Amino acid sequence: MTTVFKRTPVLKDCPTHYCPGCGHGIAHRLVAEVLDELDIQARTIGIAPVGCAVLAYNYLDVDMIEVAHGRAPAVATGMKRTNPDKIIFSYQGDGDLAAIGTAEIIHAAHRAERITVIFINNAVFGMTGGQMAPTTMLGQVTATTQQGRNPSNGQGYPLQVSEILALLPGTVYVERCALNGVPGIRRTKAAMKHAFQLQMDDAPGLSLVEVLSPCPTYWRMSPAKAMKWIDEQMSQVFPIARLKG
Amino acid sequence: MCGNEALAEAAIVAGCDAYFGYPITPQNEITAYMSERMPQEGRVFVQSESELAAINMVFGAAATGKRAMTSSSSPGISLMQEGISYLAGAELPAVVVNVMRGGPGLGNIAPSQADYFQATRGGGHGDYRTIVLGPSSVQELADCMPLAFDLADQYRMTVMVLADGILGQMMEPVMLDPKPRRQLPPKPWALTGMKDRRQNIVRSLYLADGALEELNNRLMAKYQQIQEHEVLCEEYRVEDAEIVIVAYGIAARIVRAAVDQARDEGIAAGMIRPITLWPFPSNQIGAAAETFRMVLTVEMSCGQMVEDVKLAVAGKCPVLLHGRPGGGVPTDDEVLDRIRQMTIRAGAA
Repeated sequence: MTTVFKRTPVLKDCPTHYCPGCGHGIAHRLVAEVLDELDIQARTIGIAPVGCAVLAYNYLDVDMIEVAHGRAPAVATGMKRTNPDKIIFSYQGDGDLAAIGTAEIIHAAHRAERITVIFINNAVFGMTGGQMAPTTMLGQVTATTQQGRNPSNGQGYPLQVSEILALLPGTVYVERCALNGVPGIRRTKAAMKHAFQLQMDDAPGLSLVEVLSPCPTYWRMSPAKAMKWIDEQMSQVFPIARLKG
Repeated sequence: MCGNEALAEAAIVAGCDAYFGYPITPQNEITAYMSERMPQEGRVFVQSESELAAINMVFGAAATGKRAMTSSSSPGISLMQEGISYLAGAELPAVVVNVMRGGPGLGNIAPSQADYFQATRGGGHGDYRTIVLGPSSVQELADCMPLAFDLADQYRMTVMVLADGILGQMMEPVMLDPKPRRQLPPKPWALTGMKDRRQNIVRSLYLADGALEELNNRLMAKYQQIQEHEVLCEEYRVEDAEIVIVAYGIAARIVRAAVDQARDEGIAAGMIRPITLWPFPSNQIGAAAETFRMVLTVEMSCGQMVEDVKLAVAGKCPVLLHGRPGGGVPTDDEVLDRIRQMTIRAGAA
């Protein structure tokens, strides 16, 4: 018998704490596969966010740090500037990167920090109970937009961070992907690999992959319906596209 | 050199690998000096977008085992408290310089000692402490830097150098002799990539039942060690003193002059000057207080250190306060006046 599919060595053998149908499990595996295929496990340092993925170091077998909410790009800056030979990546959710950490991501990009950012956009704050995120869709019901997100109630519009970052001269690569089925997952992996490769090549700036990722629990949908919702709704506001590089 | 430049150069001599900072008066000479000198030495300088970012850059560099520092002044240090708390939880070494100015709020840019509570009580959320050094001359400010880096590495924690706007700005001659250094532990916990070893994780989240309490207890045991071994204070003309003044930093310079003048008038005055503000020289003050008739605390705040002095004196004699808040600087004459009044009161008692 031939093994056609196995656990990638950079992924630890342990039970998951993520909800059924959550995208983090897939995204973790993709990061792990990419680190393995690029053979950079031994010189990579990962940064876990505050949010559901705070325990990313329980799954990813690389040196990792856990940091304050939103501050990962600043921590990454401190690491990369003092260790230019290391591969530094942050793994951040939309609350982390697009709300409290907006200043840090904008300015890390603005300074052209040579780091890689994996940005998981699931349109809600997952860990705290499904509150509105900056990326929440108009009309989307969350714990803090119980009538649906409505800009005329002062709740604002979905924030397209990747488009903003792509405008900055300090980014070398910005791509938005989605974990909505096999083609999307394959594309996401290719994007992640490219983003890490750029850092290995010492490309002069920040690379970011935004990943539209399902949160069936707080979208109040079945996992299958959540995938469909990315297709039909989310990717209309957050278009799947190579925005830069 | 001015104090700000002296401490910056001293940090470089002490092996500071990376400086991260955001401009704020009255410590801007540090940022400017570091922006020139660090690249000359092949080391890292980053002007951050905020104090939040600066302390988190320190956090990142420190986690990889590098010697990292930042500097700021009072409002900026308030913004850094989140990061300082995380540094405590993750047990990472870091050096933070606070060149204090008047507060609260934006306050003013005059010298102050009003961040004593914030510095010596931890400052951010959670059960933790930082070692706090309170130099009182430009030379001592420079001498504090290698000590701060060594203490940070030895105990894996933040060491704060608590200066003020006068110390930062004033010019005095300085000798930057690399001092004999402590034997420091290696850093097997550092994030350097897991070549030839298992994964390292730097964290401050402890969700399992009892795990955080265990961390807190471990931190407290470490702090106990520091209280036993790292207290520094200077005693000035206290042997036969009846009236003793406790002051630190620039206020102690003024008090020293007042003590000398009081002695010239035949008043048995002396001074105890804490150099470490945490750990506080409680035992030294407490033991000496057996023979004092009265203690005066002089500080440039409404009275913060005076609480530690009262705890140390523990009711053995009266403890008074001469505090000047909001950028007010006491003169030696006004301190001398307080000493004279106390002499009358002590005589009457």
